Amino acid sequence: MTFYLFLEQTLNAFQLGVMLFLMAAGLTLVFGIMNMINLAHGSFYMIGAYVAAYVSDATGSFFIGVAVALPVAAAVGMAVEIIALRRLYKRDHLDQVLATFGLILFFNELTSIIWGPQALFVAIPPVFSGSVELIPGAPYPIYRLVIIGAGLIVALLMRTLIVKTRTGMLIRAGASNREMVSALGIDIDRLYTIIFGLGALLAGLAGAFAGPILATEIGMGENILILTFVVIIVGGIGSIRGALIGALLVGLVDTYGRAFLPQFLRMIFEDPSVADGVGASISSMSIYILMAVVLIFRPRGLFQAYG
Amino acid sequence: MDKFNRKSIVLLVGLALLLALPPITIAMEEAYFISLFSRIMIYALAAVSLDLILGYAGMASLGHGAFLGVGAYAVGILAFHVTEETAIPFLPGGWAGSINAVISWGSAIVVSSLFALVIGALSLRTSGVYFIMITLAFAQMLFFFFVSLTTYGGEDGINLDQRSQIPGLDLADDASFYYVCLALLLAFVYICYRIVNSRFGMVMRGCKQNETRMRALGYSTYRYKLICFVIAGAGAGLAGALIANQSEFVGPGLMHWTRSGEVMIMVILGGMGTIFGPIFGAVALLLMEEVLAAYTEHWMIILGPVLIFVVLFARRGIYGFLTGDGGRDG
Repeated sequence: MTFYLFLEQTLNAFQLGVMLFLMAAGLTLVFGIMNMINLAHGSFYMIGAYVAAYVSDATGSFFIGVAVALPVAAAVGMAVEIIALRRLYKRDHLDQVLATFGLILFFNELTSIIWGPQALFVAIPPVFSGSVELIPGAPYPIYRLVIIGAGLIVALLMRTLIVKTRTGMLIRAGASNREMVSALGIDIDRLYTIIFGLGALLAGLAGAFAGPILATEIGMGENILILTFVVIIVGGIGSIRGALIGALLVGLVDTYGRAFLPQFLRMIFEDPSVADGVGASISSMSIYILMAVVLIFRPRGLFQAYG
Repeated sequence: MDKFNRKSIVLLVGLALLLALPPITIAMEEAYFISLFSRIMIYALAAVSLDLILGYAGMASLGHGAFLGVGAYAVGILAFHVTEETAIPFLPGGWAGSINAVISWGSAIVVSSLFALVIGALSLRTSGVYFIMITLAFAQMLFFFFVSLTTYGGEDGINLDQRSQIPGLDLADDASFYYVCLALLLAFVYICYRIVNSRFGMVMRGCKQNETRMRALGYSTYRYKLICFVIAGAGAGLAGALIANQSEFVGPGLMHWTRSGEVMIMVILGGMGTIFGPIFGAVALLLMEEVLAAYTEHWMIILGPVLIFVVLFARRGIYGFLTGDGGRDG
């Protein structure tokens, strides 16, 4: 029984980790290459979720919803980059925080004007509904497995893109020396817009995936954004590998903390209600404790990117 | 400020307006504004304290709401035990709380200073964007801690039965409370003014410009920055104590990171790196909120772009705009 619970929680942790990786990959690229801190990254996630929810409701197909959400999120990302954010690359981080905070306010209100303040709910597509027994007697929802699988595929694609393609080569070159890249005749502005669009697309994908398991609501972007920041800080800003490891680590710490800490504390405290209370407090803080510990011992994250 | 220049005119007119606000609004039978402006004065206090570390010492903290919340909870918890007539469980001696303003606001300042000491000591090991993030993480940590603290209301917070009490003053009266807030704001502004223009303040500003150089000159910059962080935390804690009294409610929402963001917006809007600027920023932001909210519930769709515009094109803020080139306080 405990083993099944452990397995189930581990898979849940991976599922959260994969979602966080999708968010973190774009954020860490923008951060590492443009030296830009983008709080509005969560808004792309929210836009992806809303568009996917709306289109799948209108067409009856979850897949069409996701297929429409991705280009919309990417387009919004690129538009935001061109209109506002490219002016901020050379500014200090404080300006970037404030301007993108303004973007959050804008997108949250815009979403609430278009779709109303109520949360939207999306059904799990019939193909992926139900559960599968990985080990006899331990059913696990197929949809969550699909998210894990899709996330891993995206991670592999990202790796191929960055290691094998010309665009990836430019991205890596831009991360280590942007002046040199533009001196060699590369349109660095266009490269930045592409990176931004790519990040927004991944965030939109995460949002579209999140629809059927979480409520699609205003402010959903900020909740995951803060987690994503924890991920890239833990992993080391600018490092895709760090983002992957950090995402899985945060997923594991958060999920295990919530699942097992109260039980563990019941062995220490006499009073179960005290144990549950303390457990709930510590587990909701656990990832921030993780981040603080990492920063205190490795002030630049676990995998420090160069450049 | 003995010179009769544009800056002193702006400040004197501003001060005169703030002093005259209660009688004017009572005469206009718009007494609601007194309570609104109490809130504005309190947030101005928080914004001035943030500007001390943000504008003068170059520490961009996105977790200033934490101290606001800690200060408010100090007042809230002390008042809670007075109402419940129980002893405070986590303190020795069976103290049953207090609603005396000196004691409970003093506790708020002490407790938030202690939190600032711990959070600052850890956060200042990092710098730049990591500092922004770790302060944010600590604030979120406290936010979730208080959300899960069911003894004191959890997510719902604590409703206060009454405001704190000062002998000889009726804080339940909105005008008296407003003057108390204004007086505390002015006192804190005076302290900041003295700090910024002292030798300590010079070291702080040196750290903002070039910390390596300050270290090379032999200053223990870590210690200076930490002290500054604690002073700012204390100021925010006092603001938290006041906001608890103003709304007669304490909730974890005060520590949410959007609240820290709002206080930071006040600083930028008013003019970063000035003593009086954040006050103008607080007035502008909260009034704008009030006015826009009267027209449309979707007022943030206007505030968002305004904020981006200010960051992109109007870096000197309202205070810099009003005072011209003289907008530097020391």
